[in-house]
Amino acid sequence: MTSRLDASFAALSDATRRGVLEQLGRKDSSITELADRFHMTLTGMKKHVGILEQAGLVATRKIGRVRTCRLGPRRLSEETAWLEQYHRLWAARFDELDKIVEGLKQKEKNDDHTGKG
Amino acid sequence: MTTQAKDEALPGKHPTTAGRKSDRELVVTRTFDAPARIVFEAWTTSDLLKRWWVPKSLGMSFLSCEIDARTGGTYRFVFAHPAAEQPMAFFGRYLEVAPPSRLVWTNEEGGEGGAITTVTFEEKDGRTLVVMSDLYPSKESLDEAIASGSTAEYDEAFAQLDALLA
Repeated sequence: MTSRLDASFAALSDATRRGVLEQLGRKDSSITELADRFHMTLTGMKKHVGILEQAGLVATRKIGRVRTCRLGPRRLSEETAWLEQYHRLWAARFDELDKIVEGLKQKEKNDDHTGKG
Repeated sequence: MTTQAKDEALPGKHPTTAGRKSDRELVVTRTFDAPARIVFEAWTTSDLLKRWWVPKSLGMSFLSCEIDARTGGTYRFVFAHPAAEQPMAFFGRYLEVAPPSRLVWTNEEGGEGGAITTVTFEEKDGRTLVVMSDLYPSKESLDEAIASGSTAEYDEAFAQLDALLA
């Protein structure tokens, strides 16, 4: 379960792949349609879809020569997307906090040197 | 069920992890290269917290930030966002303030389904591990928080975060 979710986080870290999910949320599409929409080669889009499929975010089915993509298990994708968003918010906050903490530490050091505080 | 995310740590930067620890609990962790009292100060002083709680490119800004960091004291954060007509307020009470190792507060803006947030600051060899837990009253209330945050705001939040991380 955890490794599958790790795969989901990796899959969602790319803007094109999130765009593909958004597009598939509106309607099922073939790889060719997706490649056209995102101005990519078929090979490039196949790679993105493969990553999404591995993460369980997208399911594909081949009928004749056309591979059709649709959203994978919706429940998982919503929770994963939300957690990814939550994680990124806190990572961004903590990077800012890091700078504040570093500044406070530096200030304390300087105060020590000048014999203040 | 345990879900976990970890960012790719840049050199010299500690990674942040975030995950759903149980049906009703979310946990975020991060290490800082400073003593606990300094990190604690940045969580409990309004002028300091204002500088990191809302990363600039998130598009939100503080209208006010009141912190009375005493057990039984209250806090109130009010934000403005260009996409929101009304200011957004987040508020609650400190259930426990134990410098420099522990902070517990309520989140009351959402009514009864709000989480209890516990932050611990564990110092070791001059470094501080921060563990933040959001404990919801039930599985349903956490599911609800996830469901409400993952529909309409989904695209906008990602767009903001993309801008932030670009």
